[in-house]
Amino acid sequence: MRRTAGLVALAALPVAVLSVFFVLPVSGMVARGFWPEGTFDPGQVLDVLGRPRTHRVLWFTLWTSTAATAIAVLFGLPAAYALHRLAFPLRGLVRALLLVPFVLPTVVVGVAFRELLGEGGPLGFLGWDGTPAAILAGLVFFNTAVVIRTVGATWESLDPRPAEAAAALGAGPWTVFRTVTLPALRPAVVSAASVVFLFCATAFGVVLTLGGVRYASVETEIYLLTTNLFDLSAAAALSLLQLLVVTLLLALSARLRATPDGAVARGVSRPRPLFPRRAARRPGPPAYGDVLAALSTLLLLLLVAAPIVTLIVGSLQRSGGGGWTLDNYQALGGTGEHDALLAPAIDALVTSLRTAVDATWMALLLGGLVALVVTRRSHSRSERRIRGVLDGFFMLPLGVSAVTLGFGFLITLGPLRSSPLLVPIAQALVALPLVVRTLVPVLGGIDDRQRQAAASLGAGPLRTALVVDLPIVWKPLLAAAGFCFAVSLGEFGATSFLARAEEPTLPVVIFQLIGHPGAMNYQMALAASVVLAAATTVVMLLVERLRVPSAGAM
Amino acid sequence: MRFAAPTDPTPGFFRPLRITLAATAAGLALASCSVIGGGGEDDSGSDAAASGSPESAGGKVVLVTHGSFNLGEDLIADFERETGYELVVQAAGDGGTLTNKLALTAGDPPGDVALGVDNTFASRALEEGVFAEYTPAQRPDGVAAYDLPGDDGSHLTPVDTGNVCVNLDTAWFTDQGLPRPSTLDDLTDPAYRDLFVTPGAATSSPGMAFLLATIAEYGEDGWQDYWTDLLDNGAKLVDGWEDAYYTDFTQGGGNGQRPIVLSYDSSPAFTIGKDGSSTTEALLDTCFAQVEYAGVLDGAENEEGARALVDFLLTDEVQAALPDLMYVYPVSDTVDLPKAWAEHAPRAEDPHTLDPAEIEDNRETWLREWSDLTTR
Repeated sequence: MRRTAGLVALAALPVAVLSVFFVLPVSGMVARGFWPEGTFDPGQVLDVLGRPRTHRVLWFTLWTSTAATAIAVLFGLPAAYALHRLAFPLRGLVRALLLVPFVLPTVVVGVAFRELLGEGGPLGFLGWDGTPAAILAGLVFFNTAVVIRTVGATWESLDPRPAEAAAALGAGPWTVFRTVTLPALRPAVVSAASVVFLFCATAFGVVLTLGGVRYASVETEIYLLTTNLFDLSAAAALSLLQLLVVTLLLALSARLRATPDGAVARGVSRPRPLFPRRAARRPGPPAYGDVLAALSTLLLLLLVAAPIVTLIVGSLQRSGGGGWTLDNYQALGGTGEHDALLAPAIDALVTSLRTAVDATWMALLLGGLVALVVTRRSHSRSERRIRGVLDGFFMLPLGVSAVTLGFGFLITLGPLRSSPLLVPIAQALVALPLVVRTLVPVLGGIDDRQRQAAASLGAGPLRTALVVDLPIVWKPLLAAAGFCFAVSLGEFGATSFLARAEEPTLPVVIFQLIGHPGAMNYQMALAASVVLAAATTVVMLLVERLRVPSAGAM
Repeated sequence: MRFAAPTDPTPGFFRPLRITLAATAAGLALASCSVIGGGGEDDSGSDAAASGSPESAGGKVVLVTHGSFNLGEDLIADFERETGYELVVQAAGDGGTLTNKLALTAGDPPGDVALGVDNTFASRALEEGVFAEYTPAQRPDGVAAYDLPGDDGSHLTPVDTGNVCVNLDTAWFTDQGLPRPSTLDDLTDPAYRDLFVTPGAATSSPGMAFLLATIAEYGEDGWQDYWTDLLDNGAKLVDGWEDAYYTDFTQGGGNGQRPIVLSYDSSPAFTIGKDGSSTTEALLDTCFAQVEYAGVLDGAENEEGARALVDFLLTDEVQAALPDLMYVYPVSDTVDLPKAWAEHAPRAEDPHTLDPAEIEDNRETWLREWSDLTTR
């Protein structure tokens, strides 16, 4: 009884927050669709589901998201290995750099990608501009970081001894990977893949910008239906469809995530040097597989770097052509050409950082609680089922249209809707699933007998968490914190909808600059994007530094 | 041995302590820079913004507007000094998002005044009962010409206007020795194949204006064929105006390859070359007129303040500043245009227009047809 009461208490806060800030707004908007003129009329909603256009849109969303997820995992796995299991110079910097795409505002990435892929760009010969190939490239660009982070955090805390034992027994590297490492990683890979799929399926800017408005996904269709056609019934139908697909996906991934033998041993392993010194235990050239992983990471780095370099070069050009300059960066202290901004761009950076701090602690607090509740050993079938449902429940915000959520806030939150806290809360909701998905595989992998041992030695629940869970979960927790921070820094959709004009965040400012005439404003927007990317990189590097000395020390 | 503790030389009882210390230190560092911890006191935001705090003399006026709205610090300070109200700006989304935001919250609005509902969306807002009746006592000469037909200034006050027009890179056409196109028809001429880029109607308000221009020109049954021809002739569709202008247009500053772009009739004033003349030109026969309106929201908490703000938007001070701030023309005849505009951006005298009631009745049908025509 006390057990259950304790779990309910832990789950109460996250559930309450998600109910008020997600379930209520979304159901408010969907209800508008079902009660178009105040009377219940589900006919219109059902009618939409039968339209051929709806099927086309759904199919396009499904196949692009699936393909993009597969590519992101293919690129992400070797990189996660290289960046979390191998030691090489500048490893921390490379890790931080690979996360940068994740925070860049879509509008800027759109411009950068199109400068590259467009008719006059260096990659223009590919003819990708305005095709699904460009959309896929954009989705992969944004989301590979999710795979690297989520899988990397687990890989790092994976006990290396089973693999070593297998190798000692004569298994080749590929066999070891296939039979020992991959099964242990499966929960993390499935977690990452499901998050990436949801991000891809609800991507908005990428599909519009890179697809040249010629392709419609469920998300862009909801936007069109809600803001331009005022067809709330149709929008509600698609929102429900989204929820349905997401729920199916989550059920599927929960099934795939379950590890065959219940728990996988966790330990803290030391990264292996990519270039072992002669004195090291394992002399000779780097292992073949390691080199392959490193090369694939290098390729990924180049792909990620190309659009970013385009941005940096643009930000250093004098407006109207003609030479290099730092003017665009100096201009960030002001309000732009023709006073394009209400406040200096530099103030927006401060607002962004502050908001990100709030969003991060909120997401960590809520996500931490959820992960704890979800991963405790269940004593009955129904208890396990409830935990499973709870786990999926917190993933839902990723799978639902930001447009629906944003308008839902407006019509259901009453006086709360003008609170400045709404922005960090909305951002925390977006980051929450990432926290849960990063922590759950690790927490779930801790052998419950360790906790039982601690408890039988007299440790209370808090102390058990401190001595058993925390040392192992510490690094993934940091990874999640960095992630939240990055999500918050880069979030544009919900923020632009909710932020007050006097206190915009940096992505909002970038959007304003890019939408105002004057070549200088455009160049300033590029400079602001570089600043945003740099801020993210610095934060990531700091987070990496923060690690407790106990982890990985000998 | 499966659950052996991680290898760690630190004696067990030190570890939690160290972690606690590190966590506390991190917590303190974070608290000092959060929104709640940092800006709480001096920031007058929070819920007071919506509920009209009694602190400032006249209370707050909340202006709801779209993402590209910009009045500038000086004008806001002037308004606050002259009227004693504090101005809070809530900006979000584009014109369509704004209108829908207002329609969904009709009667319980998120602010006191709305600015930025244009003539393509105004009828929808009126139909939903978004606006309260108000006509400023003193309207400068020229304003009445922009009143929404049917409303005639009773709810909506015109604030600014602009024409969406096809623009050309003049130098490119000179270099290529091609005669410049001048009409919508020309854009489907194979001589100008793969040269035109425009934002889409579903995602961009200038894009929508261009669609309406073609409907006005070719009629309700003719525009579909025109668009088919346009796309067959290699017209490129992009997401937003900025994407078209900066990325694809040859005079946009990037490495754009298309010398014909959809923009505004004022755009040439922003592309003055080294010799002092503009490098671009607007095709004045291809324009569609947009007018942006302001109005007091029905159910506004601060109705007095809302009226004062609508009045303020028509003062010479604001009207004269609009071109530089928001890229639009004033509606008032009593102010002068900036020099660059007068010289380089001649206005479209006879732009295409459509009856707002007709737009309201058909917008959804047209947008659906357009979407089906353009998406694959």
